[in-house]
Parts: sequence; structure tokens; C-alpha cells
Amino acid sequence: MGDVNLNTSGVTPSSLGNALINPQKTSLKAQFSFKSLWISSLFGSPLKALSTFLVIAIFIWLLPPLFNWAFVHAVFSADPQACQEARGIGACWGVIREKYSMILWGRYPYADHWRAQLSTVLLSLLLLKSTLRQEGLRRIFIEWSTVLGLIYILMSGHLGPFEFLRATVIVPIIGKPFPVVPSDLWGGLPLTLILSVVCIVIASPLAVLLALGRTSSMPLFNVVCKIYIELFRGVPLISVLFMASYMFPLLLPNGYSPDVLIRVVLGISLFAAAYLAEIVRAGLQALPKGQLDAANSLGLGYWQAQYLVVLPQALRVVIPGLVNSFIGIFKDTSLITIVSLYELTGSLTLALNGDPLWRAFKLEGYFFITFIYFIFCFSMSRYSLWLERRLNHSL
Amino acid sequence: MQAKTVIEFERVNKWYKDFHALKNINLSIHAGERVVICGPSGSGKSTLIRCINSLETFQSGRLKVLGQNLVDDSRTVQFIRQSVGMVFQQFNLFPHLSVLENLTLAPIWVEKVSKAQATTRALEQLERVHIADQAAKYPQQLSGGQQQRVAIARSLCLRPQIMLFDEPTSALDPEMVGEVLGVMSDLANQGMTMVCVTHEMGFAKAVADRVVFMDQGEIVEENTPHEFFNNPQILRTQAFLAQVIKSN
Repeated sequence: MGDVNLNTSGVTPSSLGNALINPQKTSLKAQFSFKSLWISSLFGSPLKALSTFLVIAIFIWLLPPLFNWAFVHAVFSADPQACQEARGIGACWGVIREKYSMILWGRYPYADHWRAQLSTVLLSLLLLKSTLRQEGLRRIFIEWSTVLGLIYILMSGHLGPFEFLRATVIVPIIGKPFPVVPSDLWGGLPLTLILSVVCIVIASPLAVLLALGRTSSMPLFNVVCKIYIELFRGVPLISVLFMASYMFPLLLPNGYSPDVLIRVVLGISLFAAAYLAEIVRAGLQALPKGQLDAANSLGLGYWQAQYLVVLPQALRVVIPGLVNSFIGIFKDTSLITIVSLYELTGSLTLALNGDPLWRAFKLEGYFFITFIYFIFCFSMSRYSLWLERRLNHSL
Repeated sequence: MQAKTVIEFERVNKWYKDFHALKNINLSIHAGERVVICGPSGSGKSTLIRCINSLETFQSGRLKVLGQNLVDDSRTVQFIRQSVGMVFQQFNLFPHLSVLENLTLAPIWVEKVSKAQATTRALEQLERVHIADQAAKYPQQLSGGQQQRVAIARSLCLRPQIMLFDEPTSALDPEMVGEVLGVMSDLANQGMTMVCVTHEMGFAKAVADRVVFMDQGEIVEENTPHEFFNNPQILRTQAFLAQVIKSN
């Protein structure tokens, strides 16, 4: 038969159908179905066959015990006794049942958990809505500031100039008291979400400005942006958080100490902006030079050219890199434990460390929060792929 | 016929670091004149016309466009760019916008006309270059010749007084060169001031009022097409023309 070219580009539904009806008349290409492609990829050569068997062996070795541990011998009830007995043999999912409230909502007062839950739902819905439908900038701005403002009021209980509404309107409507909750009690999933979203929203425009400054021909902007980026990229996030939290108040006039959450948001945002800026810069450099020529020759000003011509193209090109960074930021929020704020990862530690009955079952706890992180991060990466595909239809 | 001088180069010199790109350029172009600039690659032809709408700056000399002294002042530059249109070798259409959006971008954002007015104007210009039926398409869906015609229409939307062409047909397949040159000839017949860098000598002979030959950053010879092609005076011009004829 000679050299066989495994070219399945000739395989179409009609050619396969043809193969079924007229087996003798089918072309060589049509004989290579999907199945035979798989078989030849996995077992085609001695080396391929060996590695396939190796991988299968590893799976056979690992999966059944894992399945046993996670499902067959697992304890699903919140019984610390049964869990202790099953240690090493089965998972203790009962710890989740018992502790999920504290893991998810952190140190937030129990009576006000509904506020944390509502905030989480609102923010998730806002993110979902924003990603599904394309709207004008003004509409997005209004929606986001409204929802974020509402979430702030819900979580903190601060009403600002509308303090008088608390006893007269709000408490009667919801039927329970609406106390102020200080930000160091915020925790768990709402804190992770709010922190990630707010930091990304602050860091992104800052990153664009930094990237534009970095590629600017004016030496002042160029040097300042370069220093900023190298500074923040050169230190770990933990040290930035540490400095933001403990050293920042030292620099300010006596006694004035902004909210710990604000300091953390500032630290993470400034840090993230440096990374995002380099990604945006890569996108700017990928732009054909002629685009700027055309924009300039049409009389567009600098900012008009950036907004209308340069950024739409540059940002589209680096969507994978940007979303990659966003996913990283989402997970980096777990570092705020260092400043005694307990978001999802920190609240797990808090929930289990202090309780001798359940302390041993940290692994199951981590599975739980890993699952939650995975849902959000996976959604972000799917969204990125969807966005690329949709934008490529017009590009 | 003493037409107004719309472009005036006076002892213009430009350096790229140490490389002397434009050497003592003196050139006057009048309203309604069609000037073709030709020469070997690297001779500074593109640099010269890019100075006219300030895409390149120069270090010494004076350049007056439409009566304005071209300095690095952004206001002057903006004003000039609205009256000087440019067409590029690589078309440079905006790929993320449709053809119509490409054309209405500048009128809406630079001249601040309403969207409806800009659309009307855009459709008129598309009609002028015979491509109005492609208005909703994206640049990547068009052929090279169509894209270049859209690019010409895009510059015309700002109603410029001068049109610059930087090797508009060099990136096109031969069968599409004709349609673009046709549009440029139409423009010329309608009285547009045109400065064109091109290797299309047929076009120069047919349409140009003046042909300018540049080599190594300086203007070597300029003459009417008839004189230029039949009676080249300078040795370098003769050598260039001999090359061009040989390759044709």
C-alpha cells in the first residue's frame, strides 16, 4: 500500500455515507474514519503503544483508589465519630456539611449572612449579564456602579447620607436589624469575588494607561511607566500587601488610617496593573504600523486614535493573555490572609483550625474550595474562548 | 495660468539619525496640479510625501501646505490633515470596522458631523469609486483592488483639497491595478490636486502634469511627462528610465 497519508481533511459526512453505500467505490481518503485515526495515534508505532499502555496503567493504578476514597467509603453525614473511624479509608464530606457556612461566608455575622449571600448572587449575575450581552459603555458604567454600590451598602451596612433611612425604612421592610459590619469581618466567597472584581476593574484602565505611557515617545512618561512596571513586577504580591497594609498608614498624616480593605484593594490593583500593562503592550506592538498612519492621516487626535483604532485591535489580540491574568488575580486574592483578612481560602483555615473535632479533615475542605475556584476560573477561560471566537467573526 | 501654490518645499532637509533622507528639497505644487514622483527605492519619495501631512517631520527648511507653515504644532497639523488625504500602499483599512464604519469614522469624530450626514457622505464616496454595494462588508472580505478603492473613498470623505498616494498599486495583483488607476484618473479629471508616488509610468504619461525624479534623497529632475520620458536631461534619470523600460 506504500506510504499512507493520514489526511482526514478529505473525510466529510457525505464521503463517509458514500463509503457505507459503495464500499468498493470509496476513495482512499474516505476509508480513514475517526476511529481508525484514534487507533493509529494511540498504537501506531511501538513508542506510541508503549506510552499509551503506560498512561492507562497509571490511570488504573490511581483512579480506583481515588474513587473508593471519594465515594465508596466516604462519610457523607456530619458525624465526627464516623469520620474519625473512616480516616485514611474514606473521605469525610461531612465536614463540608458542618462547616460550609463558615467556609463560604467567613467571619461575617451569622444573622447577616443573607447580606453576604445576596451580594454574591448579585455580583455573579452582574458578571453573567455583562459577559453575555454587548452593551454601550455608558450602560455598562451605570449598571456596574449601581450594583457595586448596592453590594457595598449590603456588605458594610454603611448608608452615608441616607443614615436616616435605616430605622425608618430599611429595618421595617426586611424585618430584621441592619447593622454596620466592619470590613475586617467580611470574608469567604463574597470577599474573594468582590476583591477580584474591584481590583480587575481598577487595574485594567490603569494597565492601558501604563502600556500607552510605556510605548510613548515622550521620555518622561516612558521612564515613569517603565519604573512602575519593573518595581511592581520585581516584588512578590505578599510583600506589596504587607507594605500596603502596615507601612502605608505610616506615610499618611497622623491618625488617618484608611480601611484595611481599601489598602488591600490598592495593593492588589497596583500590582496587577503592572502585569496587565505588559500584556497590553504586547498587543500594542502587534498592531501594524500602518494603522496609526491611517488614523493620523485622517486627522484623529492621539486619544481618539487609541480609543477608536489602536486599542480595539490591540486588546482583541491579547484576550488570552488578559484573561489568563484575570484568573491569576482571582486566585492571588487568597494571599490577603497575611493581613488578617479571610477570603475563601483563609476562611477555610479559620473554620477548621479552631475546631479540634474537624481539624483533621482539611483535605476535604480544600477539595470543596478548589471546586468553587475551579468553577469560576473555568468559566472565565471558557468566556475568553467564546469572546475570541465571536470577535474573530468580524476580524 | 497662475494657480495658487498649495504645497511649497523650501530647502527641506531630513535626517534619520545620521542618514540624510531628504537633501535640500525645493518643490512647488499648485492647485489642481497632478504630480507624479518616481525613482528607485530608498530615494526618499515616500518620506517626501509623508512630510506633506506631517507623518514625518523634518529638521531644517520650510514647508508650507495650503498657506500654513507646517510646524510641529498639533493644531496646525490637525487642520492640514483634514484637508490632505492619503492613500497607502498597504491600504491600512481598519479591520475591526465595516467598510461604512471605516468611512464614517473621521467625519463623525474629527469633523463632528452627525451620523446620518456622515453615512450619506460615505455612500456618496463609495458610489464615486464604484463600490457602494460592499458597504456592509469587512475589509478582509474584499479583494485588494476593492480595499484600495475603499481606502480612497475613506480619504475623500473628509473632502480634502490635496490627495497623496504612496505607491497605491504596488501591493495589488496586476489585474486589479487598472481599476484603482481608473479611480485615480477620475479624481484627476475632477480637478483634485494629486501628488502620487508610483511606478506606473503609463499612468504618469496619461494623467500627470509634472513628473519628478528623485534619487538618494534629492530631486534630480522634473519636467512635463512628454519631456521627461522623451528627453531626460540628467544621466541618472536616463539610467532609471532605461531600467524601467527594460523591466516593462
